[in-house]
Amino acid sequence: MLNKYPLWKYLLVLSTLLLGLFYAAPNLYAPDPALQIAGQSSSQQIDDKTLRRALNALDEAGIAYFGQTIDASGRQALLRLEDADQQLVAQARVSRALGDGFIVALNLAPTTPDWLSDYGGQPMKLGLDLSGGVHFKLEVDVDAAVERRMEYFVNDTKRALREDRIRGLVRLNSQEKLEARFQTEALREQAREIIAQNSPELEIERVEEGDSWNLLAAMSPQARDEIESYAVSQNLTTLRNRVNELGVSEPLVQRQGKNRIVVELPGIQDTAEAKRILGKVANLEFRLVANRDAAQSDKQRFEYRSADRSGSSEWLERDVIITGERVSTAQASFDQNGQPNVQISLDSEGGTLMSRATRNNIKRRMGVLFIERKYRTRYEVDEEGAEVIVKVPYDERKILTAPVIQSALGAQFQITGLDNPLESSELALMLRAGALAAPITFVEERTVGPSLGAENIRLGVRSVYYGLTLVLLFMVLYYRVFGVVAVIALTSNLILLVAVMSMLGATLTLPGIAGIVLTVGMAVDANVLIFARIREELVNGLSPQMAIHSGFGRAFTTILDANLTTLIVAVILYAVGTGPIKGFAVTLSVGILTSMFTAILGTRALINLVYGGRRVRKLSIGGSQS
Amino acid sequence: MKVINFMGQRKLAVLFSGLLLLVSIVSLATKQLNWGLDFTGGTLVEIHYSATADLNAIRSTLETQGYAGSSVMSFGSDQDVLIRLPQGYSDAEGTALLSLLQETFVGDVELRRMEFVGPQVGDELREQGGLAMLLAIGLVTLYVAFRFQLKFALGAVAALLHDVIITLGFFSLTGMEFNLTVLAAILAVVGYSINDTIVVFDRIRENFRKLRRAGPVEVVDISISETLARTLVTSGTTLMVVLALAIFGGEMIFGFAVALIVGILIGTYSSIYVASAWTLMMGVTKEDLMLPVKEGAEQDDLTP
Repeated sequence: MLNKYPLWKYLLVLSTLLLGLFYAAPNLYAPDPALQIAGQSSSQQIDDKTLRRALNALDEAGIAYFGQTIDASGRQALLRLEDADQQLVAQARVSRALGDGFIVALNLAPTTPDWLSDYGGQPMKLGLDLSGGVHFKLEVDVDAAVERRMEYFVNDTKRALREDRIRGLVRLNSQEKLEARFQTEALREQAREIIAQNSPELEIERVEEGDSWNLLAAMSPQARDEIESYAVSQNLTTLRNRVNELGVSEPLVQRQGKNRIVVELPGIQDTAEAKRILGKVANLEFRLVANRDAAQSDKQRFEYRSADRSGSSEWLERDVIITGERVSTAQASFDQNGQPNVQISLDSEGGTLMSRATRNNIKRRMGVLFIERKYRTRYEVDEEGAEVIVKVPYDERKILTAPVIQSALGAQFQITGLDNPLESSELALMLRAGALAAPITFVEERTVGPSLGAENIRLGVRSVYYGLTLVLLFMVLYYRVFGVVAVIALTSNLILLVAVMSMLGATLTLPGIAGIVLTVGMAVDANVLIFARIREELVNGLSPQMAIHSGFGRAFTTILDANLTTLIVAVILYAVGTGPIKGFAVTLSVGILTSMFTAILGTRALINLVYGGRRVRKLSIGGSQS
Repeated sequence: MKVINFMGQRKLAVLFSGLLLLVSIVSLATKQLNWGLDFTGGTLVEIHYSATADLNAIRSTLETQGYAGSSVMSFGSDQDVLIRLPQGYSDAEGTALLSLLQETFVGDVELRRMEFVGPQVGDELREQGGLAMLLAIGLVTLYVAFRFQLKFALGAVAALLHDVIITLGFFSLTGMEFNLTVLAAILAVVGYSINDTIVVFDRIRENFRKLRRAGPVEVVDISISETLARTLVTSGTTLMVVLALAIFGGEMIFGFAVALIVGILIGTYSSIYVASAWTLMMGVTKEDLMLPVKEGAEQDDLTP
């Protein structure tokens, strides 16, 4: 029998649509404006007392809230607000009540019911142009990192030649190359061997200039690439760490291209503050723990940084063994017994200094100090009587850890005796985060205010609404019953598009909404192709059933070709575009795929249900039929 | 069905297209495009004033404070102001500008949007945009050459270049800002235009095989006539939604919508005249399309 689908095909279409409805549903639940409270360090716990202090502050200000919870890990609390307009005031009140030790972030808490979220249902994420926030693009100055490295090579070479008593002149020349001059060829050859052995990253050339025998050494391209990728990835880690301090609920820190880093901070308006924190300098110091009998003038007292040991302190010597710039990598790991530790590598100068300092101090303890520029918030009243927030900078020095030195340490050693993997990973992070591996500059910055974001959503939704209504009306008028079928297919297509976007966790942007609108316009195309073909076949004198059958069949290759080419363009857009443009490309590609499903399989199923398997005299498809 | 003698008018079409292309290219060469911030680099600040903003006062404030070369204009309403600083100001100027304007205004000013694009980023985006356009056109051509035949591919490229150049020419002539979203729209036009072209090509291929007695010109005419209803309906519905975007979508999406409107109009025309006429001029015959593969059999398997 013509135009009958087997049951499983109907079921396939139906179940896909139901699944689509299910995963699109979370977008119907508007999120609550909320505040998210977390400690300054990731291991800090939020207890009931803290939460109560926050709630009291809101009560005093007369701000209505509900649904306050502390999450399972105990490191974050969330409280929802009744009124979005009060979110900023609430944030100011709560952060003032809790003091500088806590981060209070603006958040939009999803209200997805459990029966949806249990099966992975989640609403689409909104891009910065819809939610408001800041987008930064940072460039890592790799040349500076390379130059720093070359300076290190020069110093290292000088030291090595001195130790082997080879007389020569070593300097960094204007082309950032290491230049060494010697009086005899023999000296030069000796030096060449030493340099090649000490610094395999260098490519060495022999140059004769007058009566001096010279060497010119530059970094090999591979070594340069390595420094570049190391500098970028370390800066990435550092920036992630700092972004957490800003109190943003869903920040994005991502490498882009070779030496760029993109930072997106939804909800942030104060770009000056954000830039200050992102660009700030932190450092580390390694110092021995002072002996009991050390003179008062030789030691200093510092507190521990971690919350578990808060209050306890340690006396450290004033002499610094090395600073954080000597740390080249630090990695959280486990020893043979499964105990967490942190593996540290120093650069070679750091290694020398470290071994000199620890050789004679085995069984003593060594403290690792973390130095951070912080800002104390002060509330002052200015001459007009208005309250102003003043941020006073200061350096905070706290002990990360003070392990016992088990043996003489070299360029590579490890810190053990850590309580849990969380502590080791945080310590490793802190060790790496000491300083930015290379300076960063802001090459792009985009801020969207919250009112503009809300307006963009409103305008976008309105244009989807009007565009869709127009198209649906036209289709029904032009194609009658077939038009109604197309309308159902088009609506299902929208639902599936939203569902797929939500499931992928894709971000919706303003151009993304435009992409949806465009998809609505273009998705009809497949239906139009099929219907036009059916009309033609009817004109050619085919029976209604045959016309439906061959109309769908013949339109299929055309639809496939036409959609595949558009998909090619969408993929290129995705590969090349950034931010909002990517959002456009995603909606366009997803829309093309879902529209092929609904227009071919979905429409066919409906048409089969309406007309299939029975005698039909006339099709309600509009136009003139003979 | 009535067969319209499309190809009989193709000399007229060549003249029309040639004229449009000439105007576009001359305008692009002399006036160039009004590049948006994305491509030039610089700083842009959009501010909402709580009362009508006095543009002249803002201009003089900026001048006396040393922001030379800045442009100030209203954006959408008389309370919304768009300020653009040329390249060369640091990334901190946007914030400074905002507080300066708040100081000199009695009511409230609210930051709507602020953008800073460094010079290197602007150059890169321009390069990438051009590259994306070429890549899109190149890959689509390859696909058409693979699925159809080289002569068709050349026809498709001609139509794509035609559409892109004329849409760009429109932006150059009107002086509308050309930013990243407009670029995205032009790439979407590439996608749309090829979509339209392929539907016509598909029918030409089919008819070449079916109508063995008809000459190439006749086949093309019949094919375009047969697909005309579909072409007009699809262009019509797409135009409807894009018009809705232009009217209701707001300022930030306006350029995008306009690019699509122009692109769809020109793309519909070009899929009828440029692509097919060009393919004919390349001397396409039915021998070009006689594939050894039995298409009918394969098609049935694929049909849902």
